[in-house]
Amino acid sequence: MAVEAQRSKLPWPRTRRARRALTGYMFISPFILGFLLFFVGPALVAAWLTMFDWNMIRPPYFIGLGNFKKMFADDLFYQSLKVTAYFSLVSVPVGLVLSFFLALLMNFKTRSIAVFRTIYYLPSIVPAVANAVLWSFILNTEFGLLNALLDSIGLPKIAWLQEPEWAMPAIILMSLWALGATMVIYLAGLQGIPRSLYEAAEIDGAGRWASLVNVTIPLMSPVIFFNLIIGIIGSFQIFTAGFLITGGGPQHATLFYVLYIYRNGLQYFDMGYASLLAWVLFFLIFALTLLVFKYVGRYVYYEDVGT
Amino acid sequence: MDLPRTRRTESGATSNRTLMSASTRTTATQLLDNERFWRIFVWTVLLAGACVMFLPFLWLLSSSLKTELSIFRYPPEWIPDPIQFSNYVDAWTTRPFALYVRNTIVILLLNEVAVLVSASFCAYGFARIDFPGRNVWFGILLATVMLPGIVTMIPQFVIFSRIGWVNTILPLTVPFFFGGGAFNIFLLRQFFRTLPAELADAAYIDGASEITIYWRIMLPLAKPALATIAIFTFIGTWNDFMGPLLYLAKDPNKFTVALSLAMFRTAFAGRTRWDLLMAASTMMIVPVIFVFFVAQRYFIQGIAISGLKG
Repeated sequence: MAVEAQRSKLPWPRTRRARRALTGYMFISPFILGFLLFFVGPALVAAWLTMFDWNMIRPPYFIGLGNFKKMFADDLFYQSLKVTAYFSLVSVPVGLVLSFFLALLMNFKTRSIAVFRTIYYLPSIVPAVANAVLWSFILNTEFGLLNALLDSIGLPKIAWLQEPEWAMPAIILMSLWALGATMVIYLAGLQGIPRSLYEAAEIDGAGRWASLVNVTIPLMSPVIFFNLIIGIIGSFQIFTAGFLITGGGPQHATLFYVLYIYRNGLQYFDMGYASLLAWVLFFLIFALTLLVFKYVGRYVYYEDVGT
Repeated sequence: MDLPRTRRTESGATSNRTLMSASTRTTATQLLDNERFWRIFVWTVLLAGACVMFLPFLWLLSSSLKTELSIFRYPPEWIPDPIQFSNYVDAWTTRPFALYVRNTIVILLLNEVAVLVSASFCAYGFARIDFPGRNVWFGILLATVMLPGIVTMIPQFVIFSRIGWVNTILPLTVPFFFGGGAFNIFLLRQFFRTLPAELADAAYIDGASEITIYWRIMLPLAKPALATIAIFTFIGTWNDFMGPLLYLAKDPNKFTVALSLAMFRTAFAGRTRWDLLMAASTMMIVPVIFVFFVAQRYFIQGIAISGLKG
């Protein structure tokens, strides 16, 4: 601030300001360039490609709205939407609730918190490929860990990766193993709630449940909301599990949307159609985020935001 | 934790009585406020959860030390008999694993340099220089943090193959030199804004340029935040599968560790060598866990910034 005041007294304020703007844009120019080159550019190319039939070898052939017609008649397009929505609708809420619950419990045990936090967090940094390899063995029907556990408590073995109705629960289970990432964000939020608020609640006669509902949840609602948005966006991008563990099967039961884009683009080289699918995904995520902001965002409690 | 302690003394006298008549009088909320019940409940749940979370790691380690035959014993044994350490040697040598590690490290080093320099450079502009249009660009930056990167996968592939970048590491590294990722810029910008403005005043008076102040004063102060970003970049690059799959899958000499592990699955003509796969997976996981333990402080810091100020 002091510098600012000093500056305005200097001669040629106009050129100063212009020079300042120039410096500012110089600093952020890598981001602007990257944004144009690696986002806006490709997005425009994709928009243009949606009107062409192109396999990257023959010259592009203009088909107008042909790819749209193809999409609306494409059973696998609907299937991949259904599969992704199923995954998102189950894994996101279950993950959010479970990780919040765990973070709450962990927040009470101050001494052992570091150990627990580490154990719960570790699965979320396991590389996706190693994760997929590990879980395809855990889910193995004959020799896998999961069925061995089921068997040991007298339940029947399940052909997790061969039955269309069990493949998705298996992948959801696997994705929940990584809930530590969300949990740690909650934990950081919980530790930021001032203790005085709980003391005040206690003086007012609030028990644990009452202070959870009236203090913790309202104050945590921005963090919950953040995790919800991140969770939705992330769940729509799931790829590696479907690609490596199930290959989209059995009977397209795990044909995730991104996997379907990948197939059209990099296996069938139908670049126009794949571009259209990518744009549709963009609009779906955009619309969903807006809806969540509109209908869930209103329940978010914001303190006086000082920053 | 002051709250539970004061509560304990207050309810300690009544807790026994409450427990005895629990079946008739106690509702769920009363039970929650019973100190003894509460502590047992928290411990049981957390411990059980921790066991569940840890089980897959134990299974991985145990399986990686089994023979090709004993891995198919049922019910499975937790302690392998015999313990076969040679799986790790085999997993390392049946395919040129050292080469894959080297390939990954080359990409990693380039990305670290790119991200640390580029992201801090942009972040400095966003944090410390007031110029027209800054807020608009900052809004765009925040929007790109939210944007699903997957959307540009296909057109980027088209463009990169047009300019002959497929089968090179360029698509996996060059984009990082342009801003180094919106999230990293955001994180560093938050950090730069916490530094007092007076730090640079003396330098301004001496006529130092913004670049000098960025490079000589601000960057050295930002070491903790830079460490956080370096770690996230390491994890991101080491774990990345989609990038190498799109651009390096055609040439086995250019595989990264992640790509080679994915390809390793189908390398044994129809028969899945779970023993070697588990050993290879362990080798891929260990560096990540090692970095986590060494740099746990920076992890937590980064998570706190991403979650709470986002």
